Amino acid sequence: MEFREHTLDNGLQIIAECNDEVHTAALGFFVRTGARDESDKIAGVSHFLEHMLFKGTPSRTAEDVNREFDELGASPNAFTSQELTVYHTPYLPEYQTRILEIWADCMRPSLRTEDFDVEKKVIVEEIRMYQDQPPYGAFDEILQLHFRDHPLARSVLGTVESITDLEVADMRGYFEARYCPSNITLVGAGRIDFDSFTAAAARTCGHWEAREAPRETPPPPAYGSSRHVDVKATSTQEYLLMLSNAPAADDPRRYTAKLIGAMLGDDSGSRLYWELIDTGLAEFVSLGHEDYQGAGVFCTYAGCEPEAVSQTIEKIQAVFREVEQNGFTQEELDRAKSKATSRLVLSSERPRSRLFSVGGCWLQQGAYRTVKQEIDAFRAVTVEDANQLLREFPFTETTMLAVGPLGELP
Amino acid sequence: MSIHIHQFDNGMTLVAEELRSLESAAFCFLVPVGSAYDPPARAGLTSFVCEMVQRGCGSMSSRQFLDALELLGVEGSESVSLAHTTYGGATLADNLLPALSIYADLLLRPHLPPEQLEAGRLVSLQELRGVEDEPAQKAMLELRRRHYPAPWGQPSIGDVSGLQATTIDDVRRQFAQGYRPGGTILGVAGKFDWQALKSHVGELFSGWSVADLPEPGYGPRGATRDHIPFESNQTHICLAYDSVPLSDPDYFRAWGAVHVLSGGSSSRLFSEVREKRGLCYTVYAQHRLLRDRGIVTCYAGTSADRAQETLDVTMAEIERLYEGVEADELDRLQARMKSGLLMQQESSSSRSMSIAYDWYHLGRVRDLAEVSRCVEELTPESINSYLVGHPIANLTLLTLGPKPLEAPHGVS
Repeated sequence: MEFREHTLDNGLQIIAECNDEVHTAALGFFVRTGARDESDKIAGVSHFLEHMLFKGTPSRTAEDVNREFDELGASPNAFTSQELTVYHTPYLPEYQTRILEIWADCMRPSLRTEDFDVEKKVIVEEIRMYQDQPPYGAFDEILQLHFRDHPLARSVLGTVESITDLEVADMRGYFEARYCPSNITLVGAGRIDFDSFTAAAARTCGHWEAREAPRETPPPPAYGSSRHVDVKATSTQEYLLMLSNAPAADDPRRYTAKLIGAMLGDDSGSRLYWELIDTGLAEFVSLGHEDYQGAGVFCTYAGCEPEAVSQTIEKIQAVFREVEQNGFTQEELDRAKSKATSRLVLSSERPRSRLFSVGGCWLQQGAYRTVKQEIDAFRAVTVEDANQLLREFPFTETTMLAVGPLGELP
Repeated sequence: MSIHIHQFDNGMTLVAEELRSLESAAFCFLVPVGSAYDPPARAGLTSFVCEMVQRGCGSMSSRQFLDALELLGVEGSESVSLAHTTYGGATLADNLLPALSIYADLLLRPHLPPEQLEAGRLVSLQELRGVEDEPAQKAMLELRRRHYPAPWGQPSIGDVSGLQATTIDDVRRQFAQGYRPGGTILGVAGKFDWQALKSHVGELFSGWSVADLPEPGYGPRGATRDHIPFESNQTHICLAYDSVPLSDPDYFRAWGAVHVLSGGSSSRLFSEVREKRGLCYTVYAQHRLLRDRGIVTCYAGTSADRAQETLDVTMAEIERLYEGVEADELDRLQARMKSGLLMQQESSSSRSMSIAYDWYHLGRVRDLAEVSRCVEELTPESINSYLVGHPIANLTLLTLGPKPLEAPHGVS
């Protein structure tokens, strides 16, 4: 296992965790852009652009792109978040150069008007699909309520209206501004021939014009508690989300925050699990730590029958009060560490999952960390660390959103 | 030899595959009782039992059971399909045998506590209600209910009346009859010592003795054309038609044809329905299996005003498949399969499930070299001659959304 890095003259960074013990590899272009870099006029453009990257280049049609990936047995995929757009695929090592060449070409798309118009319909279908599934899309909504005029308030999907009104010229402008080499990192994991990897990248990406793509990372807004209701009459269940502030992505306390998430809200065996799921009060509940540049949140998410909402809220708040007053126990911290360690090792066996850990850590923390370093960081967390963190980021200041048939919260 | 098989005297089978590059091990118990075994007035009973067996077993309370798994770093999961209740997990190799000991308590010695029946019922009812907010999933369940011969299409989530009527005696009876060694398969994959594994599993399970229970037979099918009114933006279109089972010599040809239709982004459905026309975000076809038959299911979800066109184009693509597949389509399918098989070798969980299901469907376990050979031997001619001999049969169409669609010809 060896970590390698290289930067092209135009600023494109190339990093890889090279592992000759495995039989496959994965690569991804990680672009530091997402909903937080948009404005009202172009809401949803990052995600729409992600779709357009598969629509062809001056030398390839969309059909060529799909066919060529399939010919190499590769399944290309992509996702867009508040602050990242990632294009990735696992592949067989013998196809490294060809896979890299196709992706590099896709990263300079034609953005043709005809393709833009067809894909617009697909995006609208995607939004409508989520609208029919009340649990989805609610996370975007609570980020808006919690972060208000902060960039992290922006929705990844946008709305049917913002997408319909979007013009191809706006997308081209956004692409020019954000997809410059200094804002992109090429990441590899698994059986990577790094010298050949960088040579292919230099050949295919070296001519991209160097430019800067700044991003503002203001601190999260000061806030108190607030409650909101989004009435969806056709929904069967009521869905509850609660956000409170937590350590940001570059904060070393993020490991403590992840373990707090596991102790309180893992989908099995956590405090919320025993109070809400084992008793049959709620359909599901989770509490997790989400981290961004300059900000982080604890997100609690539950679904239950509308009649059970007030009891569900009370139980969740009782769990919060109890832990804030009496702290965590050593036993539950040990179990959370054991789970976290096991998950890390299991996912590290697959280059296609390791890719996201290596790339995410590099972009969010500006560093490479081995699996062992990650495990050690979890093992070093103490009960007092966890208790102290909750004193600084109390659950008492929480933004709450209910989505479902209820007109108001009890 | 990386694959090991042992049949115990009580009818339970252990199948295992060593994956030497891994530090983990995964296991998967297929217990031969699924939602097809739910009694008529107790739809959802098998899932209810699955919920209840986790509420304490052996000398452990439910809390001690989960705590013990967490300390071993076991990511456990359970599910109920038509034919099986499945319990699986993955962990670091050193923790495999202790994890299996915990699951032996779960499978052989659950408490099924009456005082927790109501909590278990609430969990089951919640799951049922949750599906109401996932229209695509609901539509697929309703398609299977209609297309598969009863009771082999019964959704595992059951129905409200079945769950409401269930008593602790129902739960205990279903457990006592259904959880049995005959037909239970334990699949293990990853890093392990075969002799140690075999003797440990033998010690845990050789005393397990329960009379055998026959599989439910096939009853009638449901409506071949149906619409479920649903207040939603999108209309969900589901189609099904018959295919061949895994044990059929034609299986890989049938499978190959479905992958030309819907495997990869250059496949026909994705390119014609989504890429060229922008009709929907999600469209796919899958080859699904019961032990003695295969079923092709197909799904597309789109705005109500574009649903008729989506159905027509999807149906036209299914029919065009029968005009034959091309050599380059097969080349791409084979390339995808080759990389897919290698990637499966990196996942102890997915291999443990694959080999367990092989044993259920075939009574033997295929290594990846054999699967690879079967895919490489496919030719356009072999797939096309299969298609000629197996025209679309027993087509079922189910739509869920604001208004019904006009059915394509061939659907009665």
